[in-house]
Amino acid sequence: MENDALLNSLQTSFPDAACAIGSDWPEIDIDGSDLLTLIQKLRYDEQWTFDYLFCETCVDWKTHFTMVYHLSSTKHRHSVVLKAKLDHDKPQIESLVGFYKTADMLEREVYDLMGIEFLNHPDLRRLLLTEDWVGYPLRKDYEDPINMIRL
Amino acid sequence: MDVKITEPTTPFPGSVHETPGGGIVLSALDDVINWARSNSLWPLVFGTSCCAIEMMSVAAAKYDFSRFGFEVFRASPRQADVIIISGTIVNKMAPVLKRLYDQMPEPKYVIAMGACATSGGPFFYNTYSVVKGADHIIPVDVYVAGCPPRPEALLHALISLQEKIKSGMTREQIKSTLAEDGK
Repeated sequence: MENDALLNSLQTSFPDAACAIGSDWPEIDIDGSDLLTLIQKLRYDEQWTFDYLFCETCVDWKTHFTMVYHLSSTKHRHSVVLKAKLDHDKPQIESLVGFYKTADMLEREVYDLMGIEFLNHPDLRRLLLTEDWVGYPLRKDYEDPINMIRL
Repeated sequence: MDVKITEPTTPFPGSVHETPGGGIVLSALDDVINWARSNSLWPLVFGTSCCAIEMMSVAAAKYDFSRFGFEVFRASPRQADVIIISGTIVNKMAPVLKRLYDQMPEPKYVIAMGACATSGGPFFYNTYSVVKGADHIIPVDVYVAGCPPRPEALLHALISLQEKIKSGMTREQIKSTLAEDGK
């Protein structure tokens, strides 16, 4: 589907969600609690078949976090971006491991560096840093007086 | 086509006296050893980021550091004479670098290529993971500026290393000589 057609079909199916064309693909702002029901439709509905999660990242806005999911369809060759706002003090969101196997590693990386807690993730532990690391270094408020030299 | 034969950059250190029926070579053994060492320096296959791409380019046909005796990259530290630290060294890589250096046989030399290996470079400020200069881990003989340095800069560093070896002095001796000269 082309971006415009895709945006139309998304708006029709999810009238509550805020959809817009982003810089490259349609973007949907969602609520974290709606994630699983939305993914269920996007993944298995024949008109979309978003069967490939090619990027899962997180942005620290200081006041809140934003989880960003990039989904793509190997069948229809179209892509979509999902954005979910998370609370800064207790960032939690459902894991996508049940839908996409690749989410396992992606979510472990996000947990490792940003400290987002993925609910129902089968193996949520640090991926890149050492097991005994304290804190989440990609957060804006991260301080490390030994290794970091502040500008 | 005219083929120009240029003088070797490093002539034999000593003199040859022609006599009937042969010649006599006069030299100092240390000079000959250093001359031989400096003209056969095999680097270790070691690259941690974009500087490594420039290093490969220096090894490839266009710049070709075999011309100066750097010849072949060795995949084992036990066969290598020089390690070119081409790229960022992160805290996780530091013990690996130290172990590789320890496994190299004496005499061994180190070139810090580029800003990251010299000082941490663009990762000096506001980073939790980068070693601010490879000389925190192992002693460095030659530093190369650049991000990444041009292949010519690495060639210059390699030739500087050769000159350093040929001078026959240790780091400390070179430092004290420079201090005496007021540099």
